[in-house]
Amino acid sequence: MSMTQEAQPWQAPEHDKPVEQVEGYNFAYLDEQTKRMIRRAILKGVAIPGYQVPFGSREMPLPYGWGTGGMQVTAAVIGENDTLKVIDQGADDTTNAVNIRRFFAKTAGVATTEKTSDASLIQTRHRIPEKPLTDDQILIYQVPIPEPLRWVEPRETETRKMHALEEYGVMHVSLYESIARFGRITTAYNYPVQVNGRYIMAPSPIPKFDNPKMHQMAALQLFGAGREKRIYAVPPYTDVKSLDFEDHPFTIQSWEENCALCGADDSYLDEVITDDAGGKMYVCSDSDYCAERREAGHVGDQGEPQTPAQKGAAE
Amino acid sequence: MMALRDNGPLLEVEGLTQKYGHQIGCEDVHFSLYPGEVLGIVGESGSGKSTLLRCASGLMQPTAGTVRFDTRVDGLQDIYALSEAERRMLMRTDWGIIFQNARDGLRMNVSAGANVGERLMAVGERHYGSIRDVSSEWLEKVEMDLGRMDDLPRTFSGGMQQRLQIARNLVTKPRLVFMDEPTSGLDVSVQARLLDLVRGLVRQLGIACIIVTHDLGVVRLLSDRLMVMRRGRVVEQGLTDQVLDDPQHAYTQLLVSSILPV
Ligand SMILES: [Zn+2]
Repeated sequence: MSMTQEAQPWQAPEHDKPVEQVEGYNFAYLDEQTKRMIRRAILKGVAIPGYQVPFGSREMPLPYGWGTGGMQVTAAVIGENDTLKVIDQGADDTTNAVNIRRFFAKTAGVATTEKTSDASLIQTRHRIPEKPLTDDQILIYQVPIPEPLRWVEPRETETRKMHALEEYGVMHVSLYESIARFGRITTAYNYPVQVNGRYIMAPSPIPKFDNPKMHQMAALQLFGAGREKRIYAVPPYTDVKSLDFEDHPFTIQSWEENCALCGADDSYLDEVITDDAGGKMYVCSDSDYCAERREAGHVGDQGEPQTPAQKGAAE
Repeated sequence: MMALRDNGPLLEVEGLTQKYGHQIGCEDVHFSLYPGEVLGIVGESGSGKSTLLRCASGLMQPTAGTVRFDTRVDGLQDIYALSEAERRMLMRTDWGIIFQNARDGLRMNVSAGANVGERLMAVGERHYGSIRDVSSEWLEKVEMDLGRMDDLPRTFSGGMQQRLQIARNLVTKPRLVFMDEPTSGLDVSVQARLLDLVRGLVRQLGIACIIVTHDLGVVRLLSDRLMVMRRGRVVEQGLTDQVLDDPQHAYTQLLVSSILPV
């Protein structure tokens, strides 16, 4: 099969049509033995929240950096009754997201969706959906660099020892450096967290805006790093605390603007350049969240009313 | 000031032996160190003094013998019988190690202030302002320019890097500090000022110290007691002035008369 097909134009969120499973592949591409091996790593990860479990990462028909770790985790947990959503930078319509979704539609014959609430499995790169997840959902993160201590210690043997002995002073050293240089903690993505009061964990390059969503999340959170061959997990309803100082507490990004399309004041906004003259607007990065709000009748400064009632009111 | 000996030894080394295959690093070394006392260990290169320092400071498990430290909570404990977590915690709170090469003792990719503050953060200090204040105090105590607090260690001179190592180690108020050739490689005038600083700090703070050096001038200035090592064994020990002014062992006599290149 080809992974280089063009992305389909984005449409209003609805269930993708189920695609017939392609013959000649094992269910969800990986062989059963590999899936069992990955499941064992996942179970160990769930048992030790935030602990990086090594696993025998397999080749996937995508280059590293395109989410092969997340795909292997998805392949290991997906069942034929699952409904899969794939997010890339908050959107469901990027080439990467479309390809991964189509890959599992073809190899596992599962239904896919762009709606957060309809998905049982969500594989993501760079975002957590705005809509709170539920305890019958699983969120699977694609992780490029799983080791939060790597910046200070290149040796794997030493970082493993630091985790084992809970020698985490250096994590605050990096935050200290940021405050000393810039007056505040400037880390905006992949902001380190402590899981269940024990392991320090890299949440993958999600914006720190999303960190609070990880705390006590109802859904199971799984993390897969393909190139680095690591899997880790946060079980449902687990404490996830962003590191900080008492006098420089953790804060999330905020915007003066609301979403220009749906008017949301509680979502992560992307800056979109609208013309050559430097015009710009801010819109929800979570495209499903934005669309759902607009369908429900919310309108931002530059949004078009979508329901007849709204239209009438605007005229 | 002589060390008070009412409270028993701070460190007790017994039968310490380290072999590398058939080669002997050090053999059957015994000594006790009391709170606030400064012990100098001198010898030529290859005499076993550095091996002894590594074994006594928790960096290398000896082939035989014990190293016992008077821990704050549980009294005298064999440091190699502690769990690795306990030993490493001890090493970064109640102990300090000043390395000959600052690169071994400093984080070169973070600022001077962070280097000093790291131990505080490692033991759970989570107030940036307090960490900053305490780090500043220590940089002042080692006579460093506070204007350079946010600079990286690689931008400092050799003497300043050693001062930074000292501040980084003393910030948790350790009771025992190991120094491995702390002034070697520095200009003579820089050495002299650094030695003055170290002498002032250990006396003022009552820190016990073990200094390994090939430089008799260093131990003459700093140490209360002296151990002379040769081929892995201690050949003579006693009060520093006694050993240097009236050496008993033929080897010490050679050392003192500077016949041997030390
Ligand atoms: Zn919106």
